[in-house]
Amino acid sequence: MSAPSSSTESKTRRPIVPFLRLPESGEPHLVGQRCQSCGTVYLSRRRACSRCFAQGSFTEIPLSRRGALWVYSIVHQSSPGVPVPYVVGVVDLPEGVAVRCNIIDVPPDPAHLRFGMPLEMTTGVSQQDREGNDVVAFYFRPVER
Amino acid sequence: MREVFVAGVSMIRFGRYPDRDVPDLGAEAALLALADAGLTMRDVELLAAGCLFQANAMVGQRILQEIGQTGIPVVNVANACATGSTAFREAWMAVASGEHDVALAVGVEQMGKMGLLTGGGGGSGIRTEGVIGSGLMPAVFGQAGMEHMRKYGTTQAQFAKVAVKNHRHSTKNPLSQYQVEVSLEDVLQSRTVAYPNTLYMCCPTGDGSAAAVLVSPEKARQLGAKVKVLASVLTSDPWTDRDLTLPDVSTLTRNAAKQAYARAGVGPEDVDLVELHDCFATAELLHYENLGLCGDGEAGRMIDEGETAHGGRVPVNVSGGLLSKGHPLGATGVANIFEVTQHLRGRAGDRQVEGAKVGLAHVIGLGSACTINVLGA
Repeated sequence: MSAPSSSTESKTRRPIVPFLRLPESGEPHLVGQRCQSCGTVYLSRRRACSRCFAQGSFTEIPLSRRGALWVYSIVHQSSPGVPVPYVVGVVDLPEGVAVRCNIIDVPPDPAHLRFGMPLEMTTGVSQQDREGNDVVAFYFRPVER
Repeated sequence: MREVFVAGVSMIRFGRYPDRDVPDLGAEAALLALADAGLTMRDVELLAAGCLFQANAMVGQRILQEIGQTGIPVVNVANACATGSTAFREAWMAVASGEHDVALAVGVEQMGKMGLLTGGGGGSGIRTEGVIGSGLMPAVFGQAGMEHMRKYGTTQAQFAKVAVKNHRHSTKNPLSQYQVEVSLEDVLQSRTVAYPNTLYMCCPTGDGSAAAVLVSPEKARQLGAKVKVLASVLTSDPWTDRDLTLPDVSTLTRNAAKQAYARAGVGPEDVDLVELHDCFATAELLHYENLGLCGDGEAGRMIDEGETAHGGRVPVNVSGGLLSKGHPLGATGVANIFEVTQHLRGRAGDRQVEGAKVGLAHVIGLGSACTINVLGA
């Protein structure tokens, strides 16, 4: 009757945010909630559209893995325990929604960052949660030419 | 709504008071403002107290326990960095509505050396900061500045000039947390906190308090109070393109400015001084345009040409601003009212803007809340 004691055997991967999907087959991707009334896309669920107020009429859509850099900052001082420096940004996706993220594979230097530069999404294990599960995060990196 | 006058104001020097507590800091400002107005606790009919980090701890009542428990209505206010200015507006409404003749607004905060502020996270124990972007204020306002850079070609040096100006202004303000002049080179060579904001381009944490006494026209006549509230406006963020990803501090400020100018019956060209929310140097340039002090895309030129320096066309943050005067969150909005009122009364000492007749105080609380109070004498 006792529950399995080995937590490592049941270790799973979990997304860092609900709008990141890690399908069994196919590539990891973000999802958006599109208002059926006005077409506005959100990253998180809501009861009504904050733009047009239509209630309960959202369609979940997959979001592109490619986008364009809107703005960025380079963080040199952060909360205790967070390694610095890191590049953060806002990426515009073609579905009309923006996403906040870290930009990786680029030196932390404005000379290497360009407004509008094409970026693609990638994923990686960022940390373990309290139960020892792998927490998978998404990142954006420059598209290789 | 009837006219409302500012009969008394106060602020204590912003800084670090580790041996005192929030009610004590608030009580000092309350008594100073009452004395400035020529009133006592017996005259006060309502207290609006603003304190962000003790929002659940009945700060207003604890202040009254230190200076006089008269049983009056007390409202405790929290609205991010707009906490103090929202308390001021609650007091204004209490008098404007005709319900009360004398209302006291107190803003107070004790932050200590709490480090960088973030928008807060869940209790999941999963770290998102530095993994999926940054919620830290320096990065949020860094990116807001980068939008301006992207749209108009604004440079880091232009943002840095805001820090040079406000730190210079603060050397004339004995109540400022810092009173040290810094050069453009100093600002640009100090360490980067979140690009493009360097250390001197970020406001400090600190402790402080400020208070204001608002009265009816009849009381104002008795007391000889001349400074009038021409408009008191509060807005929140409407839906805009990226607001849910990167807080849009501009649209709600523009909405507030439009309403404030209409209600006050003045335009930006009539404003003699502005105290605006320069939590980071990048923010100040955005708000020149948001408040209509210049056209869109002209903020960089405006700082280059010294138009917002003391003695310029429209002096901004002659107190030293949040960058140098300090930003004890709950106290800030009321301290801006203190500054504007002192100038309108000709009591601002070495930093007096000569002949000031109209002043504007602007505050943004991220999340978001924006207050604009326009005062006239």
